[in-house]
Amino acid sequence: MSVSAAHLGGGEQQQAAAVEPPQKRGVTGYILLLPGALWLTIFFLVPTITLVSTSLYDPAGSVETGYSMTWHWQNYVDGIRDYGVQFGRSLVYALLATVACILLGYPLAYAIAFKSGRWKNLMLVLVIAPFFTSFLVRTLSWQLLLGDNGFLVETLKTLQLLGPDGHLLATPFAVVTGLTYNFLPFMVLPLYASLEKIDPRLVEAGHDLYASPFTAFRKITLPLSMPGLVAGTLLTFIPAAGDYINAELLGTPTTRMIGNEIQDLFGAGAYPVAAALSVTLMAVIVAMVFLYVRRAGTEELV
Amino acid sequence: MSTLAYRGRRWFSDHVVLIYAILVLLYMFTPVFVVILMSFNEPAARQTYQFDAFTWNNWTNICAPFQLCDSVAVSLKVGLLATLVATLLGTLMAFAMVRHRFRGRSAANVFVFLPMASPEIVLGSSLLALFVNAGFAGVLGFWTIFLAHVMFCLSFVVVTVKARLSGLDPRLEQAAMDLYANEWQTFWRVTFPLVFPGILSAALLSFSLSFDDFIITNLNSGQTVTFPMFVWGAAQRGIPPQINVIGTIMFLVALALVLGGELGRRRRQIVR
Amino acid sequence: MAGSDLVLTGVTKRFGAFTAVDDLDLTVPQGSFFALLGPSGCGKTTTLRMVAGLEEPTAGSIRLGADDITTLRPYRRPVNTVFQSYALFPHLTIFENVAFGLRRTGAKKVKPQVEEMLELVELGQYGGRKPTQLSGGQQQRVALARALINRPQVLLLDEPLGALDLKLRRQMQIELKRIQTDVGITFVHVTHDQEEAMTMADTIAVMNSGVIEQMGSPAELYEHPSTTFVSNFLGQSNLVAATVVEKDEDHLLLDVEGSRLVAPLARAAALTGRVWVGVRPEKVFLAHTGSETDDGSNVLRGAVVTDVSFVGVSTQYLARLPWGQELMVFEQNTGARLSFRTGDQVDLHWMPAHTFLLDAAQDATAGVEREVAE
Ligand SMILES: Nc1ncnc2c1ncn2[C@@H]1O[C@H](COP(=O)(O)OP(=O)(O)OP(=O)(O)O)[C@@H](O)[C@H]1O
Ligand SMILES: [Mg+2]
Repeated sequence: MSVSAAHLGGGEQQQAAAVEPPQKRGVTGYILLLPGALWLTIFFLVPTITLVSTSLYDPAGSVETGYSMTWHWQNYVDGIRDYGVQFGRSLVYALLATVACILLGYPLAYAIAFKSGRWKNLMLVLVIAPFFTSFLVRTLSWQLLLGDNGFLVETLKTLQLLGPDGHLLATPFAVVTGLTYNFLPFMVLPLYASLEKIDPRLVEAGHDLYASPFTAFRKITLPLSMPGLVAGTLLTFIPAAGDYINAELLGTPTTRMIGNEIQDLFGAGAYPVAAALSVTLMAVIVAMVFLYVRRAGTEELV
Repeated sequence: MSTLAYRGRRWFSDHVVLIYAILVLLYMFTPVFVVILMSFNEPAARQTYQFDAFTWNNWTNICAPFQLCDSVAVSLKVGLLATLVATLLGTLMAFAMVRHRFRGRSAANVFVFLPMASPEIVLGSSLLALFVNAGFAGVLGFWTIFLAHVMFCLSFVVVTVKARLSGLDPRLEQAAMDLYANEWQTFWRVTFPLVFPGILSAALLSFSLSFDDFIITNLNSGQTVTFPMFVWGAAQRGIPPQINVIGTIMFLVALALVLGGELGRRRRQIVR
Repeated sequence: MAGSDLVLTGVTKRFGAFTAVDDLDLTVPQGSFFALLGPSGCGKTTTLRMVAGLEEPTAGSIRLGADDITTLRPYRRPVNTVFQSYALFPHLTIFENVAFGLRRTGAKKVKPQVEEMLELVELGQYGGRKPTQLSGGQQQRVALARALINRPQVLLLDEPLGALDLKLRRQMQIELKRIQTDVGITFVHVTHDQEEAMTMADTIAVMNSGVIEQMGSPAELYEHPSTTFVSNFLGQSNLVAATVVEKDEDHLLLDVEGSRLVAPLARAAALTGRVWVGVRPEKVFLAHTGSETDDGSNVLRGAVVTDVSFVGVSTQYLARLPWGQELMVFEQNTGARLSFRTGDQVDLHWMPAHTFLLDAAQDATAGVEREVAE
């Protein structure tokens, strides 16, 4: 109580006048920006452009003999014709995983921000901690958990929720579970960051103005946490759409995602088609992000 | 009796979110428990999905599987180096973006966000395309991994430090100046200590992203093998249980670091 | 001009097209307790920030004694600020917060000084805590200690007592005043609380939309307001439209809807034509209509009591004059005065010496809203 009173006292004193950070002019800004910007230019921007141009190379070339630029748009047509299914599957799996991440992650972030009291820091640490057990090692342990002799399958079979010859491993379910699991922290952290900034007094003010808990959530908490939700969605959906590890370790050839195909094509040296697929994936994602951010109405992304 | 039922219901509705959250945390930890458990497994067959028998062997012979410890060393080296460079460059960028006026700041924001918005497979493959085009196909290895890791860690560092920095009340720095601290002293006595937790978490995040990365690394590593690549390779052939030992150690070290820092912070504050 | 007066000359501050402080001239004598009073957003904080060096004036100059400090860096000025929002360093203990300035200036014997200062603000045992572990009022006292310990030539206080409860606030007011008299530092104190300003300050400046409306001792401002804003913002005033009809060497003769009133020349801010006649509510007396009044009193006849509110030490009446305007009258409950009820026919009278005149071009309601807002 005393804490919130102190808050109140401080809050009222807030003045619009001086809060905006003073921004310095001059060259220092550019100098500070330069090394990082250069790095991103050389190792992100230039490669992306290279990728686009690679996607238009003549697929007849190879790493050894070199490629020639022939504006071979056919790479795109071939890529989509041959791998359209995997493409669609990737987007669907990523979408399902993202929705699952919201369903699991929002209440978790909410509980940490508002309900955890003195355990707040501990809970945050717990969210991040599994991160440190290698991503692949954890995914492998899902193999064990979902395996046919595993506890989960046995239980489900006993409960008659799974047929006698049902599987969990090597199904779309396993792949989506793995994706959800792996990208959950990326949903929770930005959500937490924006939930934590919400002044609980706003919600109290909502209750005071006759909003039921649900209405208060819908009208106050949810809109205010929108930036976090948008950031979390993007940080979950995007890597999930490009992932192939979960599909490889937890799925079967019928659950292959576009990432698997791109990886294999690069592995086989079929650079132009692989690049065309990468560019298509990126374009689709950028388009979806653009639409989504427009709909969500958030200016500042992260 | 009915008040008891009411109380129960009331307690439940007050705590339902918390209970749900704890269940989600349990879900997040289940694989970790499996990893810890399997680190004590004595596998009966090469490819095993179950716990067969208890043993300390894996812990006493961590480096037994060929290349395992080498790959961990490579990952640690790349991780530390990439974290160092990415944290440095990213922090500078964050300061420039929050505290300095320059042309094209929204373009800069998008530019920093884009690598985070690109699927790893795209980042990795475009880097590979660059290296190949530049004639580096033959020298792929430690340094190309390092270059790639700095690139994708950089954005996360910028975003993390930026958030911390823009949450910093500029009046604190003004108060320092008012109290006879010049620009240099203000930076080192007030700004930096206050932004430091942000820099630290950015570094931690960088390290874990780098140590964990497989997709980008796999495309740009040539003959060099990092720990995730070792695991990947092993997953095809049969997983040595020592992998779980490494996973457990990583987990424990990270937990000890974070909890230790937290405890230290609490001890330094006088409890009310 | 004494040793190190703080002098602002033509100081202007614009934020884009918005003028926050407009061509401000101000002299704060060395060692005085100076209060800056004004409604929210009138530019008080901005003025202080320019004196502290945290904001550079768009135009004008600021001098401290012989030195021009207009563009001097904040850390080179012998000026300290108690920030409106405390701005305590969250990563430092209370002790280190208070010691911050001393350490920067390389002072000796930091520890005893800080301890003494913490005792002074009654936070002796709190030195080891972090700012977030203190209540709002305690934080404010730390902010005060942190600035005071440097013994600056000028101490700027931006509503330093805003978050304190009434008792602590009174206590700190006395403490502040004591410290100020002891150390002889110039205090520039910004406040919303006119009572605080009146009890503590030697000089008050009333500020409104970026300009100083009037400056003077508390009694002077109260007795001789020079604008309608000041007359309404400091205490309350009745303002009635009048015309000057005659003038001798000490007095002005006025006409108000046929009644003849007299005002001393010395209290007139306007001398000819249309004016506002002002009188404070506690200076006005009520009498039954037609009853005799003292010779030479100013009298407005034929009013009706429209509202009576009893507030303990006094009774506050509203009386409607024949032309519809309502005036306030505060009668002390001494028992010697008659009491009136709603609907009673009354005359209003007061001594000419209590009458003041203001320029009719000003808005009679300027500065009134504040009362409603509080
Ligand atoms: N950095 C700024 N940018 C734009 N406008 C500003 C800025 N700082 C102050 N202002 C405006 O200047 C005016 C004066 O602000 P100032 O903070 O000086 O008011 P104040 O008198 O201290 O008010 P209060 O009593 O509420 O603290 C306000 O209208 C404010 O909105
Ligand atoms: Mg102010």
